[in-house]
Amino acid sequence: MTSVIIAGAAETDQIGKLPGHSTLQLHLEAALNAVADAGLTRKDIDGIATVSVPGPVQVAHSLGIVPRWMDGTGVGGTSFLLHVRHAAAAIMAGYASTVLITHGESGRSRVGATRFPAAPSSPAGQFEAPYGVVGAPTAFTIPALRYMKEYGLTHEQLAYVAVAQRRWAAKNPRAMYRDPITVDDVLASRMVAYPFHLLECCLVTDGGGALIVTSADRAADFPGAVHVLGTGESMETPMISQMADFTQSRAFRLAGQAAFAEARITVADVRHLMIYDAFAHLPVYGLEALGFVRKGEAGAFIADGNTEPGGVLPLNTNGGGLSYTHTGMYGMFAIVEAVRQVRGEAAAQVESPDISVVLGNGGMFATSGVLVLGRQPR
Amino acid sequence: MAASEKAVPVPTPETQPFWDGCAAGELRIQRCLDCGKPYFYPRPVCPECGSAKVEWFTASGRATLYSYVINHRPARGFEDEAPYAIAVVQLEEGPRLMSNITGIPNTPEDLVLDMPLRVTFERRGDLQLPQFTPDAR
Repeated sequence: MTSVIIAGAAETDQIGKLPGHSTLQLHLEAALNAVADAGLTRKDIDGIATVSVPGPVQVAHSLGIVPRWMDGTGVGGTSFLLHVRHAAAAIMAGYASTVLITHGESGRSRVGATRFPAAPSSPAGQFEAPYGVVGAPTAFTIPALRYMKEYGLTHEQLAYVAVAQRRWAAKNPRAMYRDPITVDDVLASRMVAYPFHLLECCLVTDGGGALIVTSADRAADFPGAVHVLGTGESMETPMISQMADFTQSRAFRLAGQAAFAEARITVADVRHLMIYDAFAHLPVYGLEALGFVRKGEAGAFIADGNTEPGGVLPLNTNGGGLSYTHTGMYGMFAIVEAVRQVRGEAAAQVESPDISVVLGNGGMFATSGVLVLGRQPR
Repeated sequence: MAASEKAVPVPTPETQPFWDGCAAGELRIQRCLDCGKPYFYPRPVCPECGSAKVEWFTASGRATLYSYVINHRPARGFEDEAPYAIAVVQLEEGPRLMSNITGIPNTPEDLVLDMPLRVTFERRGDLQLPQFTPDAR
C-alpha cells in the first residue's frame, strides 16, 4: 500500500448550473473547502496538482501558495486520480508533505473556459474530425455496438445502467436529476448517437472539487482520514478508432491490476465502487476490466439489480455522471463520493464500505486511473 | 450546407504519403520491414516492434464494418446528412480507420456489422478523403 491518506475532500458549495462562477473560481472555492475540511490552512500546503488548464501555477498563485512540488498532468477526466498517485509518490519521496489537488470546470456555462478542437494537422484532426465527429457523444460511444454484437448486450440492458444510477441519485439532494426513470423512459429519450439516447449520456454541468493528500503518519490528526491503499494508471489510445479491442479497455484493466496489487486486495474485498460513467457503456466495461464479473456478463449483472440500492455491489452511489454531475472531467467527483462513503457521511450511505475502489477514465478510453481507498491501513 | 465547411485535414510530413496516395486513388498505409506488421495511422515507428525500418504500400481497399454510431447532432457541414454514421472499419490487412459509410442508407437495419466494404474517395478541400461503401463481393 501507499503510505498516504486523503485528509480533506470537498466539492464547491454548489454544483450544476453556476453561470456566476469562472473555471478558476470553481478551482479556488473547491480548494478552500478541502483545506477547511482537513482542518488546515493554505499555509500548510506545499504541493499542488491540477490539470494543465488553468494549471498548477495559476491555482497556486491565486491562492498565494508557493509549492515546492507541482504536477500539471492533464490526461482527461481521470487526471485527478493520477494526481493522487503522483502525490503519493512525492510525499513518500519527501518532495512534499501536504498536497492540494483541485478540479473546477465551467462545463455547462463555459465561463472563463477554454475549448480545444483538435488541430486539423493533429492525428485526430486528420483521421477522425473529417468524418463529422462532434465531441465525446459521437466518438466515445462507437465501441458499444461491437460489444453488443460480440457479447449480446441488449439495448434494454444498456438503458438499465441509467435506471440503476438514477435510483442512487434519488437519494442524493445534490444530484441534478433525481426523478425515477424506467428502461422505457431511457429508450424513449431523444437519440443522440445510436445506440445512445440522451439518458445514456452524461450531464454537462459546472462545479469543482478538491483533495488534500498527506502522509499516513499523520492519520490521527485527521478525523476524516481515508487511506490510499493502492493506485494504478495506464493508457491506451489517443484516438477512439485505434482502440485495440472495442469490447474491452486495456487501460482500465492495467490500471486496476496495478491498484489491486499495491493494495493487496481482490474483488471480494471491495464493498463500494465508483466507475467513471460519461456514457452508459462505461460501467459495463469497467466491471469486466476490474474482474467483478466475467467478460460479457456486466450488462446482466447491472440489470439484475446488483449495483443499485440494496444490491451486493453498490456502484456510482452519488448517481454518477449520468445523474449526479459531469463537468467534463468527472474523476474528482468520483473520488469525493468514495471518500464520503468510506467516512460514512455519504447522502446514500452504504453499509460498512471498508474498501472502496474508484475507476477513472480519461479522454475516450485514452487513459485510466484506479484508486483503492480504505478506512484502515492494511 | 457546402462541403467546404466540413473539417479539412492538414497533412504533416509523416502523413503526406498517405494523402498523396488518396490523391492517386490508392489507400496507402505503412508496414514494418522487420516484423511485417501493417499499421495505421501514419507514423515513423512500428507500433508492434519499435523498428524505424518501415515502408508504404497500397492496401487492397477492402474492409469490413467494425463498429459505428449514427450521429443525430451533425458536425459543421454535415447538417444535410444527419443522422449519419461515424464508423470504424477494419481493413483486410488488419488496421482500422474511421470513415463514413456512403452509398447506403445510414440506418441500424442497413448498417450490419462485419458487412464487406471498399474504399472510395471524396473531395475535401484540396485533398481526397477515404470513405467506405458497401462492396458487392
